[in-house]
Amino acid sequence: MTDLELWFRFQQLQLAYTQAIDEDRLEDLPALFVENCEYSIVSRENVALGLPMPLFRCGNLDMLRDRIVSLRNANIFNPHYSRHVLSPVQAIDTSPGEARAATSFSLYQTTMAGLSSLFSVGCYDDTVVVGDGGRLRFRIKTVRVDTFSIPNLLSTPI
Amino acid sequence: MDTKTHLVWPKADFSRIPFKAYVDPHVYALERERIFRGPVWSYLALEIELPAPNDFKVVEVGDLPVIVTRNAAGEISALLNRCAHRGTLLCRAERGNAPSHTCVYHQWRYDLDGRLLSIPFSRGINGKGGLPPDFDRDAIRLQRMRVAVYRGVIFGTFSDETEPLEAFLGSAVLGELDRLFHKPIRLLGYQRQRIAGNWKLYCDNARDPNHGGLLHMFHATFGLSRNSLKGGARLDPKGRHNISYSMIGKDDVAAKESGYASTQKVYQADFQLRDSAVLKYKPEYPDDVSLVVMSLFPNVVFQQIMNSLCTRQIRLRGAGEFELYWTYFGYADDSPEMLEHRLLQGNLVGPGGYVSMEDGEAVEIVHRAISIQPGAFAIVEIGGKGPILDSDTLVTEVPIRGFWSYYHEVMELDRSEDAS
Repeated sequence: MTDLELWFRFQQLQLAYTQAIDEDRLEDLPALFVENCEYSIVSRENVALGLPMPLFRCGNLDMLRDRIVSLRNANIFNPHYSRHVLSPVQAIDTSPGEARAATSFSLYQTTMAGLSSLFSVGCYDDTVVVGDGGRLRFRIKTVRVDTFSIPNLLSTPI
Repeated sequence: MDTKTHLVWPKADFSRIPFKAYVDPHVYALERERIFRGPVWSYLALEIELPAPNDFKVVEVGDLPVIVTRNAAGEISALLNRCAHRGTLLCRAERGNAPSHTCVYHQWRYDLDGRLLSIPFSRGINGKGGLPPDFDRDAIRLQRMRVAVYRGVIFGTFSDETEPLEAFLGSAVLGELDRLFHKPIRLLGYQRQRIAGNWKLYCDNARDPNHGGLLHMFHATFGLSRNSLKGGARLDPKGRHNISYSMIGKDDVAAKESGYASTQKVYQADFQLRDSAVLKYKPEYPDDVSLVVMSLFPNVVFQQIMNSLCTRQIRLRGAGEFELYWTYFGYADDSPEMLEHRLLQGNLVGPGGYVSMEDGEAVEIVHRAISIQPGAFAIVEIGGKGPILDSDTLVTEVPIRGFWSYYHEVMELDRSEDAS
């Protein structure tokens, strides 16, 4: 795979992730990850201090599936639309079968009354595996939020 | 009586709470003086956050910015974070290590006990300018809180009238602190959230065992805190502090089936997690208690939810907003597996937690609705009226009446003539 093709596919994977959230297709997210994935949302404050406490984390794909089922069935939160605005995928590091890159995001939430506000800004630190036919999936997705004082609550994925 | 802050209390047992108390800016201003500068001990930080001499962090007591620091002698000191000169925020870092603090505006420098060390150009230049000869540097000092530490938990008070810490907390609370801090702890990290509601709505929430198994459907569905569990609420003699507790696996099946019969999809018997590691409780205390939510007047909650341990500091941002500041810890001798387990159980709590995200939403939708009609009252009768006593059931909100009883006392509010 050429550098350009890798960059394009990485970008496509990132957009598939954020579009699934923005279009409330959370059930489509697991297909973008490998089974033994690590997904976490961490605060920039804790990262800077070297402290391990995450805001949320999944040590495998089943935990991510559970989160989605719980949000649909067993949690109450502020009804909202999500809208991501992304930077391009930045500076890819490659190793055999894997690639790692950072992507900056802004995530707005809009209430059901049509009021929008900035919910979170931060950076994805992603490691993807390159599978058969050049299909990319996330192995590690670390969502590092600069907005570590969470407005109201954290429900749907960032 | 202060007419600006006049609140009506229709019931002498505080089974009615005036919504005005949550939304009125005059009440908020009075709280700053009578509660957060008043005769109570506020939670500041944990000693483990300041391990070395000169370590500091900034916190808030109500909405007053405070530097908590450890001086060269190893003692904890707490200073109002405001330069005595022109009122500048003195320390702008969240935390760090510094033997003195210098104001960026005009470089006035203070030691860790608040004494003024130096002022640049204090004699002026060539006999011109500078401070007047009678300027009394020793009379200028940062305002200090009295500090007391119990089991590594740091409390502070601005008032000289405050009773000793151990008397303020009472034996039940001290016992819980003994249990939670029975061995050295290790700091795991922080979480923060901003909630658009009055801070006392969160105090109510933490003193409301009845909501745990109703609002938090995840709790109910997986039995972490069904209302049918064995548990209850204990209070200090003044009712101001509350210890809500429950025991996982000690469920009353008949009560569960009948109690949840009228609810909508709160308790869902057929719902299972694919990976249930997050639900596993690893006992680590000599009792069966798997959940403790201990709320101390005025600004802190101590939490044991399964193996997730933390403090939650309530930091005010006006009458209509507060920050919840979560400080997580484990024990210093945790195995790597136990550490992993605690981090995983962080998924249960905090701003995004399976059994706590609803609290942010509940506070916000209460605040939004009571701002519209502040002349009305909340009803607090679950668990009984009259005397404010301990409960041996989770179906109670009596601790909320305890909070308001003491709030009324410390705010020195006159009870309305129509009290019954």
